[in-house]
Amino acid sequence: MFTLRVNGKSHKVEGNGDTPLLWVLRDVLALTGTKYGCGVASCGACTVHVNGKAVRACSLPLREAVGKNITTIEGLNGNHPLQKAWVALDVPQCGYCQSGQIMSAAALLKEKPKPTRDEIITAMDGNLCRCGTYNRIISAIELASQGA
Amino acid sequence: MTLTRRTLLASSAFTFAFSFAAKAQAKPMNAYITIHADNSIIIKAPAPEMGQGINTTIPLIIAEELDADWAKVIIEQAPIHESFNHPIFRSQFVVASLSTRGYWQAVRIAAAQVRKLLVQAGALALEVRESELTTKDSHVIHAASGRKITYGLLAAHTTVRERLPDVKPEELKPASAFTLLGKDVTKHDVAGKTRGATQYSIDKTVANMLYGTVYHAPVLGSLAITHNREELLKMAGITHVFVVENGIAIVGKDYNSVLNARAKLKITWTDAKGSKFDSDDGLKANLAAVLGKELGVSVKNIGNAGEAFSTATSKIAASYTTDYTYHAQMEPLNALASVSSQDVEIWAGTQWPSMAVIEAAKIAGVTPDKVKFNPLPMGGGFGRRAYVDYILDAVRISKQVNAPVKVINSREEDVRNGRFRPMTAHHLEASLDAAGKVTAISHRISSDVVVPQLYGQARMDAQKNIDHIVTLGLDVSIYNIASHKVDHVLQDSGTRTAAYRGIGYGANSFAIESLIDELALNAKQDPLAFRLALLKDARGKVLLETAAKMADWGKKREGRALGLAIGKLGLANLGESMAATIAEISLDKTSGVIKVHQLWCAADCGIALQPRNSLAQIEGSLIWGLSSALKERVTLKNGEVQQSNFFDYDVLRMSETPRISIELVKSGAIPLPVGELGLSSVPPAIANAFRALTGKPIRALPMIESRVKSALI
Repeated sequence: MFTLRVNGKSHKVEGNGDTPLLWVLRDVLALTGTKYGCGVASCGACTVHVNGKAVRACSLPLREAVGKNITTIEGLNGNHPLQKAWVALDVPQCGYCQSGQIMSAAALLKEKPKPTRDEIITAMDGNLCRCGTYNRIISAIELASQGA
Repeated sequence: MTLTRRTLLASSAFTFAFSFAAKAQAKPMNAYITIHADNSIIIKAPAPEMGQGINTTIPLIIAEELDADWAKVIIEQAPIHESFNHPIFRSQFVVASLSTRGYWQAVRIAAAQVRKLLVQAGALALEVRESELTTKDSHVIHAASGRKITYGLLAAHTTVRERLPDVKPEELKPASAFTLLGKDVTKHDVAGKTRGATQYSIDKTVANMLYGTVYHAPVLGSLAITHNREELLKMAGITHVFVVENGIAIVGKDYNSVLNARAKLKITWTDAKGSKFDSDDGLKANLAAVLGKELGVSVKNIGNAGEAFSTATSKIAASYTTDYTYHAQMEPLNALASVSSQDVEIWAGTQWPSMAVIEAAKIAGVTPDKVKFNPLPMGGGFGRRAYVDYILDAVRISKQVNAPVKVINSREEDVRNGRFRPMTAHHLEASLDAAGKVTAISHRISSDVVVPQLYGQARMDAQKNIDHIVTLGLDVSIYNIASHKVDHVLQDSGTRTAAYRGIGYGANSFAIESLIDELALNAKQDPLAFRLALLKDARGKVLLETAAKMADWGKKREGRALGLAIGKLGLANLGESMAATIAEISLDKTSGVIKVHQLWCAADCGIALQPRNSLAQIEGSLIWGLSSALKERVTLKNGEVQQSNFFDYDVLRMSETPRISIELVKSGAIPLPVGELGLSSVPPAIANAFRALTGKPIRALPMIESRVKSALI
């Protein structure tokens, strides 16, 4: 039995300690906002925060997630300045990568409230988008950081 | 009961009662529109959503014609039913960037009919002539007396007959009167997609659900001979392992266990047609075919190319190739199916839900009316989700295990079982007369086919072997070239193929627009000036001039060069959109990496119903075109895909994305195709910029580092 702290709540979870956190979040805790895109930390769709830092949930085993504060996209409650900027600029197209994009961006803004364009690109480069929303993502991060 | 003045007066005494009953009083006016007594309106979205914004666009078109208050419109996904068929495809099918264009007039008329009915009802209620009434924001208004009634009240008291009042196309609103279309509204699913709340089929769960995956045959048509079933069944969480017609199915209680079992799977396979195929050899074979004597299928034969070539003063020739590409949509293919002996329920994101229903019914052994299909938004379609094979996987497995099963491709499975844009080779020749005028272009193309795999051999036969998916874009009609001969040498390597965003345009426009630059160089003319002189298409001239102005075409840039191309999208009979794109690039000669600094695109899509969304779609297609031109390739050895995930199938990342400027040029009042527009101009714009920068041509896609370095020698 593992105890996980996710979005401020404690959950007791059964399972194998090797199971990637991604599947525990999605299939055990029904938090499906965190997405499966590649399973090998190559696309960023599964990005969550572990103690405030961006982490790929597909590559974090359950046993290593114990005792840490985990935040998923659901934990931002739709109120984060990034989420408001995302809506203002109509950023998502298919939307599947967007949870991971927002979580990576939120971790960036926590560390650098007013990042330069280059800093944004460096921080976000691990997040893939096939619909081509990259430039809008950059604009939305810049918009959100203006309010900082 | 018709709403009369007396009942209207009486009803005001009952407004209190009305507000209680409001939610319950929902009056369907036709398939698309249901009006509530509280004046909210449900509009059904007929087409599956994959990020193109269609689930906002079509309801917006309806709301415009209906004069509905957009703030009180509720959008619901339509069920799979013939009343929501795409008017041209006669099926619910999103493909070819034709959804907006296809539904445009039909849904406007459907909405106008409802508006007409409401005006008739309003005239009776207010005891005035219909001609004295106007409509706005879900109200019928009699300006002369200052009275208005809500659609909700009218609908509640109106009998909706089977046949709504007729509306002729001439009666529809002129574009000048639009209040919603032509402006930007927030897409209705944006909030959900930023909260992680939007549910894709990969997120859907039902009671007693199992998880599954299929390890598909490595080569189309090969069958499993042996596999280590007993070993897998002993693994934690695994409930079933069995052979299916296209591979091995693994089913278990959670997906991670299924993935673990998949990793331990050992299978032997029979050989199939493509089992010896090597894509490197395939490229050479395609090139040999276009340089060879095999006639192929005559796709076009305009004018008299034979005569033009025999009397030519000079000729220009060049060959081009493009590799197989994989869709790499972010949501791996998956579907949830629940099959019992009586009925079937499916949750899936697909571009062709109507086909899914028909094929699922066959497999489940029921009639199509017993299939309940829940269309969910797709995490990317791009043409791959036009195939319903992954849905049929889920249906077969659920039927076999007698439980609901969500069958998910791992990313590795999604790549190895991908269906690809075919590899192509092209050989183009242009004939010039004594004055240097281009008198003919001959274009030979060699490739696998897509139509038989997507639509069946019968359709290919009916089209006399003209594969429109591969051959779209083999078109020089915007130019003043008297003769154009196109021949397609059909190949059958045994590789799975599909329609991929941009379909034939991606490869064909690359070849044609690269050749146009070749001709400009030969004539010692600037590529822009050469095209402007050669064009006979007025829209094309506007676009080239606009793009040139945006990019400041004449300005010399140190260490960088510009390249230009113009391309189309669509079918001539429905209206083609067009874009001219200029790319600014630099090159690291040591590494062979092309850096694209900026793209400027002048685009003509007729009328942009939602400008911001059109811009987003065009930008998305430009980035897609860039990714396929610079990075994407699938290679095969012994018929098997060599790539497995994003670390060896390269797609464009944010750091490689240029700044992009797009200007929309308006022409006409019909919305033309948008979603795939960038594909016909980006790849050749890059190649042409490369030529301008280095003096050397690059004639293969993708323009990976090794090819760039070879081109520089």
